[in-house]
Amino acid sequence: MPPVLELRGITKSFPGVLANDSIDLSVEKGKILALLGENGAGKTTLMNILYGLYKPDKGQIFINGEEIAIRDPSDAIARGIGMVHQHFMLIPVMTATENVMLGVEPIRNGIFLDKAKVAKRILEISKQYDLEVDPQAYIGDLPVGAQQRVEIIKVLYRQADILILDEPTAVLTPQEVEGLFKVLRSLVANGKSVIFITHKLKEVLSIADDITVLRGGKVVGTVKAKDASQEKLASMMVGREVNLVVKKKPATPGEVVLNVKDLFVRDERKNQTVNGASFEVHAGEILGVAGVQGNGQTELVYALTGLAPVVSGEIRIMGKQVRRSSPRNILERGVAHIPEDRQRHGLILPFPVHDNLVLCTYYQPPFAKGVALQQQVIIETAGKLVDQFDVRTPNVFVPVSTLSGGNQQKVIVAREFSRPIKLLIASQPTRGLDVGSIEYIHGRIIEKRDEGTAVLLVSPELDEIIALSDRIAVMYKGQIVEIVPAAKVSKAYLGLLMAGVKPSEAIEAAPIPSGENEVERVF
Amino acid sequence: MNSISAQSNPETSGKKEVSKPEGRRRKDSKLLQTLLVPVLAVLTGFIIGAIVIALSNDAVIAAYQNFFHAPGTALAATVNAIATAYGALFKGSIGSFPDIYHGIQSYYATGDSKAFLLAIYPFTESLATVTPYILAGLAVAVGFKCGLFNIGAEGQFGIGALCSAFVGYSFHGLPWFIHLPLALLAGAAGGAIWGAIPGLLKGLTGAHEVVNTIMMNYISFRLSDWLLNGPMKASGYRPLTPVVDNSAMLPRFFPDPLRFNWGFILALAMAVFVYWFLFKTTLGFEIRAVGANPDGARYSGMNIVKNFVIAMSLSGGLAGLAGATQVLGIDHWVGQGFSAGYGFDSIAIALLGQSHPLGVVLAALLWGTLRSGATSMQSLAGVPIEIISLIQGLVIVFVAAPAVIRWIYHIRAIRTETTVLTRGWGK
Repeated sequence: MPPVLELRGITKSFPGVLANDSIDLSVEKGKILALLGENGAGKTTLMNILYGLYKPDKGQIFINGEEIAIRDPSDAIARGIGMVHQHFMLIPVMTATENVMLGVEPIRNGIFLDKAKVAKRILEISKQYDLEVDPQAYIGDLPVGAQQRVEIIKVLYRQADILILDEPTAVLTPQEVEGLFKVLRSLVANGKSVIFITHKLKEVLSIADDITVLRGGKVVGTVKAKDASQEKLASMMVGREVNLVVKKKPATPGEVVLNVKDLFVRDERKNQTVNGASFEVHAGEILGVAGVQGNGQTELVYALTGLAPVVSGEIRIMGKQVRRSSPRNILERGVAHIPEDRQRHGLILPFPVHDNLVLCTYYQPPFAKGVALQQQVIIETAGKLVDQFDVRTPNVFVPVSTLSGGNQQKVIVAREFSRPIKLLIASQPTRGLDVGSIEYIHGRIIEKRDEGTAVLLVSPELDEIIALSDRIAVMYKGQIVEIVPAAKVSKAYLGLLMAGVKPSEAIEAAPIPSGENEVERVF
Repeated sequence: MNSISAQSNPETSGKKEVSKPEGRRRKDSKLLQTLLVPVLAVLTGFIIGAIVIALSNDAVIAAYQNFFHAPGTALAATVNAIATAYGALFKGSIGSFPDIYHGIQSYYATGDSKAFLLAIYPFTESLATVTPYILAGLAVAVGFKCGLFNIGAEGQFGIGALCSAFVGYSFHGLPWFIHLPLALLAGAAGGAIWGAIPGLLKGLTGAHEVVNTIMMNYISFRLSDWLLNGPMKASGYRPLTPVVDNSAMLPRFFPDPLRFNWGFILALAMAVFVYWFLFKTTLGFEIRAVGANPDGARYSGMNIVKNFVIAMSLSGGLAGLAGATQVLGIDHWVGQGFSAGYGFDSIAIALLGQSHPLGVVLAALLWGTLRSGATSMQSLAGVPIEIISLIQGLVIVFVAAPAVIRWIYHIRAIRTETTVLTRGWGK
């Protein structure tokens, strides 16, 4: 039996880039194929070709052994190919039913929309594949995991046999990831085939049957998941041995750099999300803030960096009260900020790389004399930073929007680390990045710590917190419920604290191990 | 670490040698890409304009009724109608080269410059018309660069005109080098204040600048009605201000009736200034950053409110200056209905010029030239003046919907950064 989908020699070039270089790939019926690769390896381009969004320069596509041409997404849908995009294509003010039927609305009595019919079909699909969804719920009210299920139903409703999921776990919590995997297993058990695009090694090993690794637009190799290991996949992906363990010397904490006391902050909707948080960060240590997303971490960081007003409480940086200070004033005190949302806060996307590298210092000498920008100095400095921080860009004049996510993050890190800083506030510094970039950015953060910078690390990825931190603060409902040394803590104990269990009860349920923590970085 | 040391010595660094010309090439292709759509839009506008001219010409219609017997006649009539109309447009806006040549000849032969001045009248008159379009176009472009849609150029233009007229006619005996700059400055300041108010409201309360600039327009219209019928009215029946003093007038290059004056040079100088301000100063850097991504700008320590106010003041100031040059260079007084839509046309000019100072100057040249040639097209070729509005309208539609142009000419869309012209409600 021929494979349900086969690609042969797919080649696609964009001006200046060979995104796909004669790629061969095949998917068996009832199997999950993982397409693994770093950001910019050509995974998304390949899938967009398959979905008819791009036209390949060369190559053939076969479905069930028959060669076909895919001119646009409607061709792809007609051939049974469905795509769940990384950023959902749902309309928040409509219900799940309305979203599912968009574009293929069934009509009753000539003019009326037949929503009931769609809702019934949704329930059938939902039952068959374990996809729990309320057809009447508004998308805007659903958690991200449920929205993703609606996307999958949308694809199944259009009778897809081959489902492409582009980075489906990037936006999910660990529990939601488990739920998604359950759905994927039931999909293949029902004869569907799945292409799962990701750069997360752990997930690939637990869900995929076959793994095709892409690097620089080429297929590096295809392996069976049961024969693969994280180390092997990582080195295939990156093209060299990857250090999966974060190596760091014991911290040598110095004076208090950041002192937060009884801090209260409201979010944009005026909900009180930080409720009396108190903690200290010392020079030369990394304090990790662990917690399930939405427990006030975002607003805590906004308040510390002057982006959100403080309701009450104290924030002292090197002893100076900065509660009412402007973002610029705080930056000038030696605070660096790697923001949670790099595209919203960290970069001016249409601006060239060189302008983004001086975004916080453009008004100071040597980048400006009076009000006149010193373009030449800016460009030269940018050239040095790009080399020093290994930012992969054709030159410093291209808009930063044309860079891959990992390289955009490196631009931010280069900018923030090249200023003299005393405090680094890193909010999800490796979100959505590939193994190579994660390794690099973790190394840089530890380097800063060793230079004596105080580091506040906020991340919902517990692995990352444990790997990097010297002390771990657990945030729950806007409060710091406990601060523990990272070397002597169990993941289970932290998990309980994150779920709101009191420290005294959590310690009984999950005793702290006596030995030192040997932490492996697993992503 | 090798690459760092190499970088400091560009001669030996291969990477740098490669990256520099590539950067330049990218810039060139970007420029080409930027120019392509507006140029094709103008071309397409003229082609469709030609079709309309042919279709509205009685002789052409009559000739086509006989098309199968005499196709040559019909085609000749078509070409003739279009050529006559566009010929007259050209003559009315640029002039006739033989006439200019003869004018120069007769000046050398007889010392009489009359023929020469008559010959260059259309061209100089076009440049005089272009002046306020350049300044008001720059005004709207500055707003766009900060992500603000200044629809209030019309009102700012009027306020600027009133302020400069007031300074122009109420001070006497000042030397021109004090009086003229003072009058210009008054115009710019009036417009700047008129623009700053919606900027401040946007920054502090999130009130949308589109609504507030429109409201400021109405306030300025009614305010000027009242001023022209009351406090600022000259003696007489008509609602006009007194004529400004000679010392406040922008000097003209030629004797009457040629109105071409120093305002044009001032407008070009302001275009250079705006380019420098936007692209070479820290203030312009901030304005562009706020326009491209206000959240990112705030993160990097920029003050959003300050930048909204600066951008809207500069925008309003330029529109006010446009009004001032019109008063001090052309009309010398302000009457009711003074602006004639300069402020609104300037939105189209900023769009056509892609919000770049050079683009704005080119777009304004086109706009003003068309406007000033339209009258003679009507009188010489009998083609209604509205054809020009039609062409201008089409050009704007094509610039605003570049996909149409790409489709017509089969140009592949190259991914370029999109300029944010205006944002939604809220901060």
